[in-house]
Amino acid sequence: MTRRNRIMGNGAAACVFAVALLFCVGDAHGSDPQDDRRQMRGLDEQVQEIKSDVLGIAEELSRLEEKLLYPSGTQVAIFVALAAGDTMRLDAVRLQVDGRLVAHSIYSAKELEALRKGGVQRIYVGNVSSGSHDLEVRVDGKLENGEDFTRTEQFTFAKEVGPKLVGLTLAGPASPTPIALEDW
Amino acid sequence: MRARPRLLGLGLAVGLAVPPAAGSDLKDLHFGEALYHAHLGEFFDALQRLDVELAQYHGLDEPGLDTLHGHVHDAEFSVGDFELNYRMHHRAGRAIRAVLEGAVDETVRNEAAFRLARIHFQKGQLEDALHALARIEGEVPADIRDDVEFLRANIEIATGRPSEAVDVLARLQGDAGLAGFVAYNLGIALLQDGRPEEAIAQLDRAGQRTAVDRADLAIRDKSNMVLGSILFEANEFERARQSLDRVHLRGPFSNQALLRAGWAEASAERYDRALVPWNILAAREPTDAAVQEAMLAVPHAYARLDLHGRAALGYGRALELYSHQIERVDASIASIREGRFLDALVREETRQDKDWVIRLRRLPDAPETYYLMELMATHEFQTALQNYLDLEDLQARLIGWNAGLEAFEDLIRWRELNYEPLLPDVDARFRELDSRMRLRLEQRDHLGDRLEAMLTAPRPEHLATADELIAGERLTAIEERLGAAEDRASLALRQRVARLRGALTWSLETEYHERLTAAHQHLSELNVHVDALTRQYDAFVRARQAATHSYVGYDVRIERLRERVRDARKRVETLMARQGHMIETVAIHRLNARRNRLVSQQTQARYAVADSYDRAARAGSALEQR
Repeated sequence: MTRRNRIMGNGAAACVFAVALLFCVGDAHGSDPQDDRRQMRGLDEQVQEIKSDVLGIAEELSRLEEKLLYPSGTQVAIFVALAAGDTMRLDAVRLQVDGRLVAHSIYSAKELEALRKGGVQRIYVGNVSSGSHDLEVRVDGKLENGEDFTRTEQFTFAKEVGPKLVGLTLAGPASPTPIALEDW
Repeated sequence: MRARPRLLGLGLAVGLAVPPAAGSDLKDLHFGEALYHAHLGEFFDALQRLDVELAQYHGLDEPGLDTLHGHVHDAEFSVGDFELNYRMHHRAGRAIRAVLEGAVDETVRNEAAFRLARIHFQKGQLEDALHALARIEGEVPADIRDDVEFLRANIEIATGRPSEAVDVLARLQGDAGLAGFVAYNLGIALLQDGRPEEAIAQLDRAGQRTAVDRADLAIRDKSNMVLGSILFEANEFERARQSLDRVHLRGPFSNQALLRAGWAEASAERYDRALVPWNILAAREPTDAAVQEAMLAVPHAYARLDLHGRAALGYGRALELYSHQIERVDASIASIREGRFLDALVREETRQDKDWVIRLRRLPDAPETYYLMELMATHEFQTALQNYLDLEDLQARLIGWNAGLEAFEDLIRWRELNYEPLLPDVDARFRELDSRMRLRLEQRDHLGDRLEAMLTAPRPEHLATADELIAGERLTAIEERLGAAEDRASLALRQRVARLRGALTWSLETEYHERLTAAHQHLSELNVHVDALTRQYDAFVRARQAATHSYVGYDVRIERLRERVRDARKRVETLMARQGHMIETVAIHRLNARRNRLVSQQTQARYAVADSYDRAARAGSALEQR
């Protein structure tokens, strides 16, 4: 499989493939399939238009939400990614900012797969004052040999005037930095 | 003709991909977040995030400094892929076209052209797809080189130029990732090019390939199905059966393969051998059209073998099955009319599974799903269903957003109630502090200027201490009191004053440089405090502005958004009703067609069972007579 086929190779492509197979198997029953098809296409065009409009609303709403709830002066967002090629099965991540529990995420197989494919999860977005803050990260997972894996680490990050983005890259115990923090 | 959509579908199966930006390679968290949502199948969220991120990137004065810069082309390509996955074919391609028109490297431009061509191909815009491919020139990235050629071959087949496709596909046979698709498509291209012998040989090779995954297995089965059909129509029944026998018994083509394998044997008058696949088929899921056909085919074979008793029993079983299935189809139609079909489709658990279409038929209390697999066989129907689900999702979002807007208004009201009484006093105190601060800052600036000036024009008196200044003033006062008196005592005092002033001047002159250095040090120390004060001042100004911005100026924006949400909700509701009605109507059309077919098969079985009983009775009496 080529490099570019990796991301969606098993998802959308497989889905389209399944559709293609279904298409091949199906019989051409129906009283007026041409008419049905024409009407479906007409509706499809309208659905595409409304999708576009709703996406526009979502963007505007997202900007409003950010301005109202997480203004740049206080905004902090924490992201979680998995180290490339790491085999640990991530079960849960727990975050405490300045001793206060702010996020506790338990991962489904689908979410874990999305992370393994290179996706980045925004696990927390909130507000903190300018200055230095403590971040405690606890990771629970399972190793390839079936052993449980738990790791807790403390970090500090500095919040300045602009929005603060904190990236956490997680890996198993074989990695020199099972929990790596990077400021963005 | 059915070959074309098959090819289109199979071509898409290879081409659809999103560029990778995995793990440590990723430099932009927001792009990574969009990919995360895409991997979860949440294409609305993926698109929303990536659209915002790209809009921000393109609005920057120096985009080269942004973290997205290194991924921007991948991000533009991903937008197209997300839009296709979200069934927004009209929009798909816009972002990629922008890359293509921009000043980018040759390899990036070529990749953009390939992706645009692929989108046009998926949208069925074949000429546009060819036009986009024609823009590829120079170096093509190695990892898409074969994909480009495979797409070119698919377009050529779809536009009726199979001979060109044959040449391209022949060159691609070495690509391990595409091998199954290339082998099958090459067979079809040869067939369309009027080279049946070569097509049969090629499909035979494609049908005997080693399958390593589900996709390989499916394409191998497909090759064998097509080959079996071609050979069957050419009256080469033995070869047709061999090919059909290779179809995997648990795959999606197996029922059709078993049915056709039976017909291949029956056409060669080998009814005993035809019974083998047909009996396997007859024991399968009775809602399948091939199974229902096998229910008639099995007794037909017994009748041709003069086993009329068994034939009569078989027709009896077929009659029973058709009656039961007609009842189930009627129940399904009634259920659809009651709206249960749509209810079943929108159940959350059905959508959590990528094989949800297949799972649906296993749902309890959903008779309308008995014939779902066939109902959902066409691409249009799939699109309609997915659109219905998308509309349902949009409706849920819009309802949530409407509630969210109300919450925002509450929040704004509470903030206003909190800040309005506090701010006038805060502002008054700030104004007072601000004027004091300004005065001090002016003094500091003045001192700074004077010290600066003394570097070039020394003014020792400016660095006198307070005691020295007092002493100097006292000496001046004494001098004034002495006036111009010439008496002895006055002269002696004047001399003492002069000595003291000289001592004072000596100190000021000789200690000037040390004092100047000390003064600069003190000013620097003051600057540290001034900087801290300025930071605090700025922080206060920001906080003060944020307080106002947290509740002022949102009314119009929220009202406008609410109007858009309201309007979109109305349109979504209308569209959902239409889409749902369309799905139900098409489903009922299809079920009616299946019902008509079942009724026709029931009639055939009814006549055949009577005929078989007659023949069995006649054969029995003939035997008795003998």
